[in-house]
This record gives sequence, C-alpha cells and structure tokens, in this order.
Amino acid sequence: MNMLNRLLIAVAGAAALAGPALAAEEAHAPEPHTWAFEGPFGQYDKQALQRGFQVYQQVCSVCHALDFMSLRNLGEEGGPFYDPEYPNPNDNPIVRAIAAEYMITDGPDEFGEMFERAGRPADDFPHPYPNERAASAANGGAIPPNLSLIVKARSGGAEYIRSLLLGYGEEVPEDVNVRPGQYYNPYFPGGVLAMPPQLYEGLVEYADGTEATPEQMAHDVTAFLAWASEPHMEARKSMGFMVLIYLFIVCVLVWLAYRQVWSRVQH
Amino acid sequence: MSGHSTYEPKTGIERWLDERLPIVRLGYDSFIGFPTPRNLNYWYTFGGILTVCLMIQILSGVVLAMHYVAHVDYAFASVERIDRDVNFGWLLRSIHANGASMFFLAVYIHMFRGLYYGSYKAPREMLWILGVVIYLLMMAAAFMGYVLPWGQMSYWGAMVITNLFGALPIVGGPITEWLWGGFSVGNETLNRFFSLHYLIPFLIAGVVGLHIWALHVPGNNNPTGISVKTSNDTLPFHPYYTVKDGFAILLFLMIFAFFVFYAPDVLGHADNYIEANPLVTPAHIVPEWYLLPFYAILRAVPSKLGGVILMFGAIAVLFVLPWLDTSKVRSMRYRPLARWFFLFFVIGGLGLGWCGAKNPDDIFLALGSHDGHATGITFLWLARVLTVYYFAYFLVILPILGFVEKPKPRPASIEDSVLGAKAGPQDSAAKPAPAE
Repeated sequence: MNMLNRLLIAVAGAAALAGPALAAEEAHAPEPHTWAFEGPFGQYDKQALQRGFQVYQQVCSVCHALDFMSLRNLGEEGGPFYDPEYPNPNDNPIVRAIAAEYMITDGPDEFGEMFERAGRPADDFPHPYPNERAASAANGGAIPPNLSLIVKARSGGAEYIRSLLLGYGEEVPEDVNVRPGQYYNPYFPGGVLAMPPQLYEGLVEYADGTEATPEQMAHDVTAFLAWASEPHMEARKSMGFMVLIYLFIVCVLVWLAYRQVWSRVQH
Repeated sequence: MSGHSTYEPKTGIERWLDERLPIVRLGYDSFIGFPTPRNLNYWYTFGGILTVCLMIQILSGVVLAMHYVAHVDYAFASVERIDRDVNFGWLLRSIHANGASMFFLAVYIHMFRGLYYGSYKAPREMLWILGVVIYLLMMAAAFMGYVLPWGQMSYWGAMVITNLFGALPIVGGPITEWLWGGFSVGNETLNRFFSLHYLIPFLIAGVVGLHIWALHVPGNNNPTGISVKTSNDTLPFHPYYTVKDGFAILLFLMIFAFFVFYAPDVLGHADNYIEANPLVTPAHIVPEWYLLPFYAILRAVPSKLGGVILMFGAIAVLFVLPWLDTSKVRSMRYRPLARWFFLFFVIGGLGLGWCGAKNPDDIFLALGSHDGHATGITFLWLARVLTVYYFAYFLVILPILGFVEKPKPRPASIEDSVLGAKAGPQDSAAKPAPAE
C-alpha cells in the first residue's frame, strides 16, 4: 500500500512542487528514415522483409522471441514469403522448409513421453529461453523484450528501432554511468541498456547477394519487425481506400438529396 | 413521444397493431412527423452522430467479446490473436478502439453546443442531466474498456484511477479493495471490469432512450434559443433532418474511417503494446486523450484528496448547471459577454487536456534559465490557472452574468429569424425581444 501511495503521489504530480525535476537523460530523437511501408499507399518491401527475417533468424532470435506469431505467418498475404500460388501458407514450400529447420518439442505421445520433431508451418516461433528466469539469468538480469510488437510498442516506431540498432559506439557523456554488461546508446531512454551492439559489417550473408552493411541490416530487420507488428497493414490500407471512396460517393449523393429536400423551404 | 400525434395508420395491419401496441405510432411521432425547429445548424447533427457511435461500439464490442479472454494470463495474447488471426479482427478492434475516441469527440462537440445555445436551461434541465449521466457512464465504460487489453497503460491506468478512492478518509481503503476484489489490481479486477464494460453500454442505451424522451417533451432547442411558437417555426423531422443528419453522419464516418484505416494507433499509447507488468512502472502514466482535462485537474491540487474532490466536482458541477446560469436568454448568440467567457472556457478545456498530456514540471512558458535548465511557468501552474477558470465559469461567471449582462435584441420568432435573414436582417433584429 505504501508503494502504491507513493506511486500515486508521484503520478498525480503532487510531488512536483517538492523539488526540481529529475534531470533524466534526454534520449536522442530517432534518425529520420524512409520506409516502403510509409504513407497511405505504402506497402512492405518483400525483399527487405526476407532479408530482415534472415537477420532476425540468425542474430536476434538467439535472445528475442516473436510471441503470438506462427511460422505460417511468413507465408500469409502481406508476409515475406507469400506466394499467390499457395493461398494456404501451410502448403508454401519455402515456409515448410523454414519450419522444418526448427526442432519442436511435441507431445505427450501415447506413452506419455514428450518427443522432438521437425517444425511445421502451424508451429509457433520457438522461444529462445524456456522461461523468463532463464532469459534473465542469461542476460545479466535483463529480459530481452518480445520483438513481435516492438515497432508498435515503442514511441518513434520503426525509426526508433533502426536508430537504436545503429546508435552504439558514441562517446559516453560524463554524467552517464555505464556498468559492466551495459552499453551506452543515446537513442535509448536513459542511455544505458543491456543489449550489446549487434550489427557488424558482413554479419550475415544475404541469400539475395545484397551487401550486408550495418545500415542495410538495420533497415531490413526493422522492416521485418514492422511487418511482424502489423501483418495486416496492406489489407488495412487497401480496404481503407475503398471504404473512403465509397463513403465519399454516398456522401455526395446524400448532399444532393439534402439540397433537393431543403430547396422546398426557406431556412 | 409526446404531444399531439399526427400518425394515421394507413393499412389494416397498422390499424390492428396501433390498437394493441402503438409502436409504429411511437416511431412515427418520434422520428418522422416530430416538429423540429427549421433553423438547426450542423452543430445539432451530433445527437444523431452519437447514436451511430453507440451502435458501432455495441456491435463491434459484442463480436470482440466472442474472441476476448478476460484473464490476466491470456487477455493480452487474446487481443493479439484478434489482431493477427481472427478474420477481420484487426478491423473490428481498430473500429472499437478508435470508435471510443470518435464517441468522445462527438460528445464533447454535442456538450459544447448545448453550453453555447443554452440547451440546459428550462424546460430542458432533465434532458441536460440525463446527458451528463450518459457522459459519466461513457467515461466509466471507456476507462474499463481501456483496461481490458491488459497492456502497461491498462494496468497502471487502472492502478492510478482505483487508487483515487483510497484518498477518501476511513472508507477509502475498504472501497479500493472492494473495487479490486483483492489487494491489488489483478485477475478479479479484470474480470469485473469486463463484466461491467459489457453491461454499461446497454445502460447507456437505456438512458439514451430517456434522453430522447426528455428531448421530445419540450422539443429541440435551436440556435436562437427562442421557443417554438407556431407550426411555421418547425419542419417535420423527416425528410428535413433525416437527410441533414444523414449527410453529417457520413462526413463524420469519413473522419472515423481515416483513423481506423490510416492512423489506427495514433490516439493510443505505445506502452499499451507491452503486456502488463506489475513490477515495471512506465515512465509516464497518461490516460486516453478524452480524460486528460480531468487528469490535469487531479494533478493541479497538491493534496490527493483535494485533487480527487476537484476532479469529481468538475463533473458534478455540470448536474447543477441549469440552476447556476441565471440569464433569461438561452442562446449566447444574443449574450455579448457570455460568448467571450464561453470561448475562453473552450480554450481552457483544450488547454487542460494539453496540461494532462504533459509532465507537470515541463515548462509551458520559458522566462529564463538556471543551471542550463529553462525556468518559467510550468504546466502545473497553467493547469492550476485553467482549473480555477473551469470552476469560476460555472460557479461565478454564469451566476453573475445573468444579472449584469445586457442581452442583444432577439428576433420575435424562429420563423422571423429565418425569413428575416433572407429579406433583411435589420428588420427582425430591431424588433423588441419577446419573453421566452
């Protein structure tokens, strides 16, 4: 109760008079960047999503989960490996091949034993850690956040994620205390985080031959994570366009009816 | 719903039904033949718009409830499932979440319209009070609905708001625990909020029925504030206002659709896409935009209890508004002083919303600097000034203004105001103001 009261007072701003504002380290504003999925007609760049998935799979997935997502999502409409020939992503050979690379614990079988089998598109993305404690223990007390919502769950969105990935290596200001196992990144609120810099030149070998510069990898993996945050964005925008055109036409018709009806009376 | 009925059953079935259950007559008298002042402007279309908003919320909400799981372990995941795997679930959730914002946008315009044209004054006090009841129920429904996705803002917003009751002396602690159903915000809280969130919209629908009933007894107010005197002042609701409301509803739906399809998350908070975690407090806990002015009032007071009293008082004062405004003139169109105070009241309300969104210590107006930090008027002090004005508007300005303000001359009737504007405006304005 005491903690709650203190929280409330802090939140209610009643403590605001008590002293000067806590001089929290102001995070840098994210670097502006141009994305294919911006704007009312923007769509995901499929090539970037595929490369971004490769970065996620080979780098991020070691620590970060993609909760709420299944492997089949990769082959759904709007996804990186969507193929109109396979409207059911469970039939998509690329998705099936990707899924088969994972070993999934299934069961229990008829003897009550758990067993390992190759993954199928219907399986969820496997978790890197068996539970939160294990994740915390492996990362010096910090739990790597779920990435399937990271673009929507951070103010600044995709630009913030990209800036953060590329924002390491700057000189640490004097008033920032970086302890062992921590890293300075001016785009992170507070400036200090537990994630080490990840993207080094040539870290992955892109299947499509694109040169894997840190900028390229940051762009690609952020595009992939934007898709993961909102897999139905393309459907949303295209439906919205039709809805607005429909409403506009009906609106004009009703406006004409309104003029007609009201022309009979003075108003 | 009241007055002389002009309905004449034309077919045998209608006659048969009319003698047993005159429901067609009720509908006809309420929405077809209902005499409506002929001079209603577009500010008067928001009643119809709000009806549509309520229906959209109920319909989308009923389907969402089929997929939602009210349990602390599954709520967040079930909302993600709606967004990702339920057919058109992303659309339903976007409609429902943005629909709440659109609902409040419309209700605020509707209320400011009522304040400007004096629609709360006799004989429409009950109409106004029922409206405030609807507004209160809306805030309760919206707050509980925001808790259901069980994100960080859901959880911590629920924590802050329920803790407000803890400020009450003696009964505060027990009331808070009773609201929680435990010793903190938890599964019991989520379950009861879901139950109440499903119940309240139907209560709102019931009170909306009363609101429309209370509207149809005295009839609509209108921009002149002058009462209807003859049938020349009115037009039948249909087709004149069905088509005008219909046009306004479609325009409103275009704005609605813009948010649903092109800015689905812009009115929400990024932190609510992080699952609720009782051990991690977000850097800034802010409510949804439509509650920000009251949040600013809450924070403007240094004492917790005082803040809670003022916040609830800000809404309570609306209930007695019909008796606080002493002016005999309804419409501020003819109140040269009141319309200025009203304008400042609208700006002040928006300003309070701005203060609610800001950190209280942020600088609103920089006046200098100290140790490299800007100093000046903080948002806390701006909120204090605006809070004083909010209450002064109702408790000081409106009561006194009725005695000291000299109203401008008013047209003799609605008909005059409409036809006079066509023929020659001086003509009608010069006539002596009649008693209302």
